[in-house]
Amino acid sequence: MPEESTPLLEARDLVKRYGQVQALDEANFTAGEGEVTALIGDNGAGKSTLVKSLAGALRPDSGQILISGRPVTMSSPLDARAAGIETVYQDLALAPDLDAAANLHLGREIYWFRPLRILNKPEMRRRAVTAFADLGVELRDVSAPVASLSGGQRQSVAVARAVAYASKIIFMDEPTAALGVLQRERVLDNIRRVRDRGIAVVLISHNMPEVLSVADRVEVLRMGRRVARFRAADATVEQLVGAMTGALTTEEATVRSGNGDSAGENGNGDGKDAA
Amino acid sequence: MTGTRSDATVTPDDTSPPRSGLRLPGGREIGRRLFTANETWTILALVLIMAFFTVRAPNTFLTTNDLSLMAENTSPLLIMAVGQTFVILTAGIDLSVGSVLVLASVVSDEYFVHNGGGKGGWVIVLIGTVIGVASGAGWGTVQGFLVSKAKIPPLIATLGGFGAALGVSYLITGGQDLGAPPGPLADTIGLGSVAGVSWLIVISFVVTLVFGLILAHTRFGRYSYAIGSNPEAGRRAGVAVDRHLIKVYALAGALSGLAGLISLAFNNGTTLTGHTTDNLTVITGVVLGGASLFGGRGSMLGTFIGIFIPQVLNTGLQIIGLNEYWQQVAIGIVLVCAVYLDQFRRRLRERA
Ligand SMILES: Nc1ncnc2c1ncn2[C@@H]1O[C@H](COP(=O)(O)OP(=O)(O)OP(=O)(O)O)[C@@H](O)[C@H]1O
Ligand SMILES: [Mg+2]
Repeated sequence: MPEESTPLLEARDLVKRYGQVQALDEANFTAGEGEVTALIGDNGAGKSTLVKSLAGALRPDSGQILISGRPVTMSSPLDARAAGIETVYQDLALAPDLDAAANLHLGREIYWFRPLRILNKPEMRRRAVTAFADLGVELRDVSAPVASLSGGQRQSVAVARAVAYASKIIFMDEPTAALGVLQRERVLDNIRRVRDRGIAVVLISHNMPEVLSVADRVEVLRMGRRVARFRAADATVEQLVGAMTGALTTEEATVRSGNGDSAGENGNGDGKDAA
Repeated sequence: MTGTRSDATVTPDDTSPPRSGLRLPGGREIGRRLFTANETWTILALVLIMAFFTVRAPNTFLTTNDLSLMAENTSPLLIMAVGQTFVILTAGIDLSVGSVLVLASVVSDEYFVHNGGGKGGWVIVLIGTVIGVASGAGWGTVQGFLVSKAKIPPLIATLGGFGAALGVSYLITGGQDLGAPPGPLADTIGLGSVAGVSWLIVISFVVTLVFGLILAHTRFGRYSYAIGSNPEAGRRAGVAVDRHLIKVYALAGALSGLAGLISLAFNNGTTLTGHTTDNLTVITGVVLGGASLFGGRGSMLGTFIGIFIPQVLNTGLQIIGLNEYWQQVAIGIVLVCAVYLDQFRRRLRERA
């Protein structure tokens, strides 16, 4: 059973409070290598909070994160990076006054003379151009400040950065939200390509057809908890929406998807045994 | 670097024009860049002001003597403006510059006075310089801690530093200016020249050039821009934002310390009361040079040009015989206008 093998990434009982708001309420989550896991949920369900916790951008109040079954602490984005995790944040996290090439290499600059940290700008520009070309992104000028790009182009810069460097897990928090039809297809293609490299892709999206077309599995978050898991091949848009809105109770979701052999298990049925 | 691999590598021989069409800067491109570059407008403003005074006072303004005197007068301000540029790029501000200049010059001169006074040699000068620069750096480091770790707004942290540094200077000196620094400093550096150019000018220009290169071509410079542009983006990319901010404020302090020694050399002693509006002048110069108070935008070339505008205004107003108090009024107005322009540019950009 695939369920029994240790997942690449597992989160158990993550809790995050913002004052009165309980953004994560003992949330569980799993993602497997070479798999696209869609993370869906209504606005404010806690998706971004969960991803930030897993990417080291945020410290959860409690809970456990395991990579390949080993507990890890993600106390800073550097920890995540060292673990081969890259993230496309919902707010993109770009420096608008820097150009696309500089943003792509932010925090991992290439040097012309390393002892003095002198930057090799032409090389960074060249690599940026290839990275964008690989992604099928048309950027007229990688030396223009990101602030002068369109929303979709900015999103492409963030996606390109994550795709270029991820070696294990890639989180994408609504990476296609601002994209045109063509660019959206390109990003979805890239998600598949990255997955085929054996990387775990976690995709947050509000677009259900998109989710069902690209995801292998779907996990549903509602009010800070995981309430359902589906195998995308077996799920319908109605089921997903039902789980997100709570119209479909957890049990139903479990029963329905649990009927099939390959289906996920009850989301509330906590973080299972994991050897 | 970590074990992450870069799939974006390019073979080194890929020097052909990139596929996605990075435009080669043709004539029109250069024209557009020039037109939009902030430095262009700064130069234009400087030239206009100079032209105005030249017309108003044809035979007095803009003589060679005046130009080099202006550059000498400006040298401590220029050195402080270099540090201020880094600070403003990170969306901060350093109001303490003039007081730290005074403090450093007092501390250094205190050392000089107790080590042979005017008869001290180069070694004494060197040690005194290190002491002055180090005390400025120390002061800046404290301010950097207050800003980055204690989360005190830079305006307040450095306003406190501004008052405190001056207070400490008065405590050390008892309110009396200290006298003559060693001969090599006062005479060679203060009065002498190399190849016809005053040492003061040489030193301040070299400092500007060196830190201009650091700003444009090193990681330190790039992180300054990045942090001013979006600190969260920096943090998430693994930039040690707090540590960088401390370094930037320490650099500003160190350069104010160096300016203190320049001032000591130029004035042949400390000048306790002479620097209360240096921060106004320096910030005006940097902002006129195109740096945005919101951070992320600016250049050393801009600062280099911009810092001369207050000086030219000063000299010019003096020559056409305006009451010297008007000079402060003029600079204040210029600062407010420059910031308004920056706001305006920013709004334009955000609408785009
Ligand atoms: N920095 C913050 N301060 C206070 N509350 C926050 C903060 N970030 C998130 N929250 C709250 O936590 C909850 C979950 O937010 P989160 O951004 O994770 O939702 P989301 O599922 O990503 O929603 P969306 O689909 O709209 O992006 C929301 O109620 C939100 O108001
Ligand atoms: Mg979100």
